[in-house]
Amino acid sequence: MEKRVTFKGWLLPLCLIAPQVLVSAVFFFYPAGQAIYQSLFIPDPFGLSTQYVGLGNFEFLFSDRFYRTSFLTTAIFSTLVTLASMIPALFLAVVADRLIKGAGVYRTMLIWPYAVAPAIAGVLWLFMFNTRVGVVSWYLGNLGYDWNHVLNGGEAMGLVVVASAWGRISYNFLFFFAALQAIPKSVIEAAAIDGARFWKRFWTIVLPLLSPTTFFLLVVNIVYAFFETFGVIHTITSGGPQQSTTVLVYKVFSDGFVGQDLGSSAAQSVVLLVVVGALTIFQFKFIERRVHY
Amino acid sequence: MRNLTTGALIAGSTMLSPFAAYAQTEVQFWHAFTGRLGELVAAQVEQFNAGQDDFIVVGSHKGNYSETLNAGIAAFRAGEQPQILMVFEVGTATMMSAEGAVRSVTEVMEASGADFDPDAYISSVNGYYTNTDGEMLSLPFNASTPVLWVNRNAFEAAGVDPDTDLSTWQNVGEVLGQLQDGGSTCPLTTAWQSWIHLENFSAYHDVPFATQDNGFAGVDTELAFNGPAQVAHISAMGEWAQDGKFFYAGRRNEGGANFRAGECALFTESSAGYAGIKAEAAFDFDVRPLPYWDGVGNSPQNTIIGGASLWVMEGHEAAEYEGAAQFLAFLSSSDVQSKWHQDTGYLPITTAAADATRAAGFYDENLGTEVAVIQMTMNEPTANSKGLRLGSFDQIRGIIDEELEAVWVGDKDAQTALDSAVERGNVLLRRFEQAN
Repeated sequence: MEKRVTFKGWLLPLCLIAPQVLVSAVFFFYPAGQAIYQSLFIPDPFGLSTQYVGLGNFEFLFSDRFYRTSFLTTAIFSTLVTLASMIPALFLAVVADRLIKGAGVYRTMLIWPYAVAPAIAGVLWLFMFNTRVGVVSWYLGNLGYDWNHVLNGGEAMGLVVVASAWGRISYNFLFFFAALQAIPKSVIEAAAIDGARFWKRFWTIVLPLLSPTTFFLLVVNIVYAFFETFGVIHTITSGGPQQSTTVLVYKVFSDGFVGQDLGSSAAQSVVLLVVVGALTIFQFKFIERRVHY
Repeated sequence: MRNLTTGALIAGSTMLSPFAAYAQTEVQFWHAFTGRLGELVAAQVEQFNAGQDDFIVVGSHKGNYSETLNAGIAAFRAGEQPQILMVFEVGTATMMSAEGAVRSVTEVMEASGADFDPDAYISSVNGYYTNTDGEMLSLPFNASTPVLWVNRNAFEAAGVDPDTDLSTWQNVGEVLGQLQDGGSTCPLTTAWQSWIHLENFSAYHDVPFATQDNGFAGVDTELAFNGPAQVAHISAMGEWAQDGKFFYAGRRNEGGANFRAGECALFTESSAGYAGIKAEAAFDFDVRPLPYWDGVGNSPQNTIIGGASLWVMEGHEAAEYEGAAQFLAFLSSSDVQSKWHQDTGYLPITTAAADATRAAGFYDENLGTEVAVIQMTMNEPTANSKGLRLGSFDQIRGIIDEELEAVWVGDKDAQTALDSAVERGNVLLRRFEQAN
C-alpha cells in the first residue's frame, strides 16, 4: 500500500521542499563535490600549489595493504558499535517502559551520557582502562587478567567499541522508549488475556511494531559508526596498536589533519561516501521491506 | 588587499589620533601551551608589551601542537594568518617547504635591524631550524632533549646501588636484570619511543636516520634507521620487553605517570619532564645522560631536540614584521631565556642564557638540570646529529610506533619491523616530495 498526498499546482510543494534542498545543497552536495574535485589533486598543505594526478590518489590508497585491511576493521567496528549501542538501549527502554514509579528520574539518568562529547567519553574510558592506573584494569588484574589495550589489538578494539557505543545507548534509548510508549496498551492487554507470556508478546507484537524505529536507528547508528567515531579512536588508541583500530574515517582524519595529506584524505572521503551510499541503498532496498509501518 | 585596507585605515587613524596608544601595531602569536607553560608564555608576552609602546603582541592558545599547526594552515588559506606561529619540530619540513607562506627569521631580523646574531644560539638547537645555506628559518623557542631519569628509592628497594654507572646500555641491561630480581615490576619505561630510541639514538651514535643529511639536503630523502646499530638497540629493547624488564605504556608520555608514581626505576623522557617530575615525585631522583651503546662508535655524539619553534608567516605589513622581530629578539634575550629554561626544563637556546643560569648557581642547586645542556653541546653536530627534516613526519612516527609495538609484543623481530617501517615511511616521503 502506498500513501500519497497529492498537491494541486507546484508552488506549495516547491516551497515545502526548498529548505531541505537548499540545506542539502549547501551542506552536502557542495562539500561532496569539493571532495570529489580535490581527490584528483595533490595539494601542498598551504594551498600554494596543486598538482593534478587524476586517479593517482586512489591508486596510492589501494596499493596500501593497511588501507585495504581497514575495510575489514571498519566492518567489524561498525557492526559491533551498532549492536553494542542498540541492544542495551532496547533492553533499557523495555525495562524503563515497565517502570511505574520514578520513570522520569531513570529516563533522565539514561539520557545523560549522550551529552558527553565523544573525545571526553574517550578519555573517560581510557582512564578506567589505563594499563597501570585504571580502575577496571586493576580489578581485572586482581582477577588474574592482564589488561593491555596498548599492545593487544583485540582489547583495543573492544575498548573503542564500548567507548563509542556508550553515549549512543542514550540516544537509541530515547527513540526506543518513545516507540514503546506509542504502542497501544490495548493490543498488549488483549494478547495477555489470550495467554501470551512476556517473551511471546515481545517477539510477536512489540518487536514488529518497533521495526520502523529499529530500522531508522540502524541506519543512523551505522552512519555514526562510520563518520563520527574518530574522536573516540583518536583519544584512546590513535588507530593502534598496529592499525587494529584504524577505521576508514579515522584514516581520513589522521591523513588530513595530522599528516596534512589533503589529496589522500579527499580521496578517502570519496571512498567512504560511496561505501556509505551503497550501504544505505542496500538497507532501504532489502531491510526496509521487512519493516511494517 | 584587505590587509592593505586595514593597514591604510590604521595608518590614517594614527595620523589623526592624538593618543599614542593607537600607534601600536598588533602582532598575533599563536601557540600550543596551556597550564603552567601557558601562564609562563602569557607572562613573557605581558612583559614584552609593557616594555615598549610601539607594538602589542597578542598571544592565543590554538590547541595542541598538531591543532595549532592546522589552525595556522587553515588561517593562511583564508588569508587570516598570524604573524608568529608555533610549530612543533616534526612540522619543520612542512613549514620549510611552504615557500610563500613563511618568511625566514634571518630575513625578518635583518630587515628590522633587531638584535640578531645567529652564532649566539646553541648550535645543536639552532641547527635543527637552519637550512644548508646557514639561514635560520624559525626561532627555536621551546627545545628539549631526552635524558635518563632514575628513581633512586626504587633502586634501593630492589637492592641495587643507585649510583651504578648507567652511561652505557650494556650497564643498563645488567641493572634491569638486577632490578627485576630485586622485585621491581617496572625496571624501565619510556616516553616518545620513536623520538628517543630511534631519532635521538641515531644522532647520539652518529648513524644516519635518513639519507640526504636526514633530509636537510633535499626532499629526495629515504629513511635509513634500519641499520645494524638501531636494529641491535631495538632488539635489546624487545628482549627486555619480553622479559618484563621494559614496560611499554604508550606512544606519547603515558609512561610518565608510572614513573612519577614511583613504580618504575628508570625512565627515558624529555628534559622538559623536569617540572612535572619535580612537582609530583615523592622519591629521590637523578637525571643522567641518555645511555650509549659501547662499541657502536667511539664516543657519544650529541642528542637532538624536540619541542617547537616560532615561524614568521608571509603576507603582513612591514611594521608588523618589525614587531615580530622585536618580540623574537626579546624572547631570545639572555634574561628571558634563562628564566624560561629554569622554570620549564626546556633548553636555553643561547649560550649566554646557559652561562647566566650556570653563573646564578641554578645547576648546583638543582642537580641534573645541566645534563641536557651538556648532552646537547658536548660536540659540534654532524650531518647525522644536526636534526631531522622529513616530510609527513608525524605520520612516519605513527608508522614507527606501530612497528615498534609489534616488536614489544613479540610479533616481529627488530630487523623485520624496522625494515617494514622504512619501507612504509618511504612511500610517504615520496608522496611528500611529489606534493612539494
